[in-house]
Amino acid sequence: MVEKFFLLNGLLVVFILVGIFYLLLNESLPTFKEVSIVEFFTSTTWNPTGYHKVSYGIVSLIFSTIMVTVGSLIFAVPLGIACAAYLSEIAPAKAREILKPTIEILAGIPSVVIGFLGIVLIGPMIAKIFNLPNGLNAINGSVLLGIMALPTIISISEDAINAVPDDYKKASLALGATEWQTLVKVTIPAALSGIIAAVMLGMGRAIGETMAVLMATGNAPAFPKSIFSAVRTLTATIGIELGEVAYNTTHYYSLFAVGLVLFVMTFLINIVSDWVLNKYEEAE
Amino acid sequence: MFSRDMQQKIGFGFLRLSALCVLSILAVILYDIISKGIGVINWEFLTTAPSHGMTKGGIFPAIVGTFSVTVITALLAVPLGMFAAIYLNEYAKQGRITKLIRMSIRNLAGVPSIVFGLFGLALFVQILGFGTSILSAGLTLGLMTLPVTITASEEALKTIPNSYRNGSLALGVTKWYAIRTNVLPYAIPGMLTGTILGLSRAAGETAPILFTGAAFFLPFLPDSPFSQFMALPYHLYVMSTQHHDIAKVRPLAYGTALVLIALVLSMNMVAILLRYWLRKKAKR
Repeated sequence: MVEKFFLLNGLLVVFILVGIFYLLLNESLPTFKEVSIVEFFTSTTWNPTGYHKVSYGIVSLIFSTIMVTVGSLIFAVPLGIACAAYLSEIAPAKAREILKPTIEILAGIPSVVIGFLGIVLIGPMIAKIFNLPNGLNAINGSVLLGIMALPTIISISEDAINAVPDDYKKASLALGATEWQTLVKVTIPAALSGIIAAVMLGMGRAIGETMAVLMATGNAPAFPKSIFSAVRTLTATIGIELGEVAYNTTHYYSLFAVGLVLFVMTFLINIVSDWVLNKYEEAE
Repeated sequence: MFSRDMQQKIGFGFLRLSALCVLSILAVILYDIISKGIGVINWEFLTTAPSHGMTKGGIFPAIVGTFSVTVITALLAVPLGMFAAIYLNEYAKQGRITKLIRMSIRNLAGVPSIVFGLFGLALFVQILGFGTSILSAGLTLGLMTLPVTITASEEALKTIPNSYRNGSLALGVTKWYAIRTNVLPYAIPGMLTGTILGLSRAAGETAPILFTGAAFFLPFLPDSPFSQFMALPYHLYVMSTQHHDIAKVRPLAYGTALVLIALVLSMNMVAILLRYWLRKKAKR
């Protein structure tokens, strides 16, 4: 009896996950009474409130999302892995005591605050460096998402590097390799699957992040021409438009469809990184 | 080419630089917000409502709103997280169901916050008819926090030695009695640390409350769980992107950001100190 009660609580998480999927699907479907599913996935024009012709194509939104996310990983991945390697291999105890809470605090800063800094700090900096009228563009979003993905990448990579058996390192050192060579040629390759999982989880976080990109990327729903274009991601589109549409209209349903696409994207990323991590734990 | 020692020096130098870089990111963020926000913080700012079209006055309703929502979040996420953790750690056998639950927890943790917003809008606001309210927003945040509270509670349960359980069981009591009297009392402080961290994240979230209850401006305080509310993170978003005179209210936005960060980080600090104290106690 008691056990059943607790089992039900455990299963609740499964119900919620399935419930999210079901409700998103259920609220998305009415979109496709009026919008062809082919247009939805192939058109680059997102203009649900157009005066002459409305259009619901998410290609530009997906491309913007991927662009900003890849941009963030370009600097967050090397920085994150290097920081993790520093923490687990060469940091003195004192440095660890400072760096570990730093990473925790960084992870705790609300996304709206990061977005705010994108407007007041990073934006003007980008405008100045690249001589642009304003700094609200894809690069700004990438910098912010990179900062937000860093704690995830660092802490999971560090766990992965820590988990490499000491024997590997000792064997390498005994063969006359330097500590640096051991780190680059032995330890990091041995921790690679864990590091890949870390990068994927960081990527999942970046794709799903809303406030920072909503505030700092300029939000032009057109197909981005360059990294200096204002872009609008999937998440930002929902954030901006859902507050303004009337309930139960095609526009309203279409935003749930965007949410469903987002859910499926992050779900797949999570499943794959889960699989990588599991494989890696079994191999140990 | 470089000698091996030189290579190592450069390599390690790069790692140290990366760690320093992460450290300075946090330093810049905190410095900017504290230095520019501290000027507007005074008793009036903390205890009065915005006035003159939100160009003057304080943020009191937003503080009250964030507090109220976080209470609802805690009421949902803390007990449910605890129960699910009790199932996973005390009752569950390794098997398909447990595997499914664990996979769901990890995936739920990766669902984008804006998708929780959509889910909350569909389920709590529309289907259950709670409207845009503190209740809807709090429950939405509660579901989002659930993976954190489950994981934290389970970690705490794992630290309780089996002898505590067995000692009690040997006296002939039921399993639930043993857990209630001889396991939970010792695990609860540990559960609290992770739970507080999860709640601090929820308090700083914006995307899930955008459509489930947060209001642009309310001249009065919420009087029931069914009222709309102002919230600190949403207020910062409004003050930095939606307000009609953004340049003029910039100092107020900085002040709001500082209060929000102070709130979230002090919750973090409580959790970190609690954990530190627990570890020290465990060592003795």
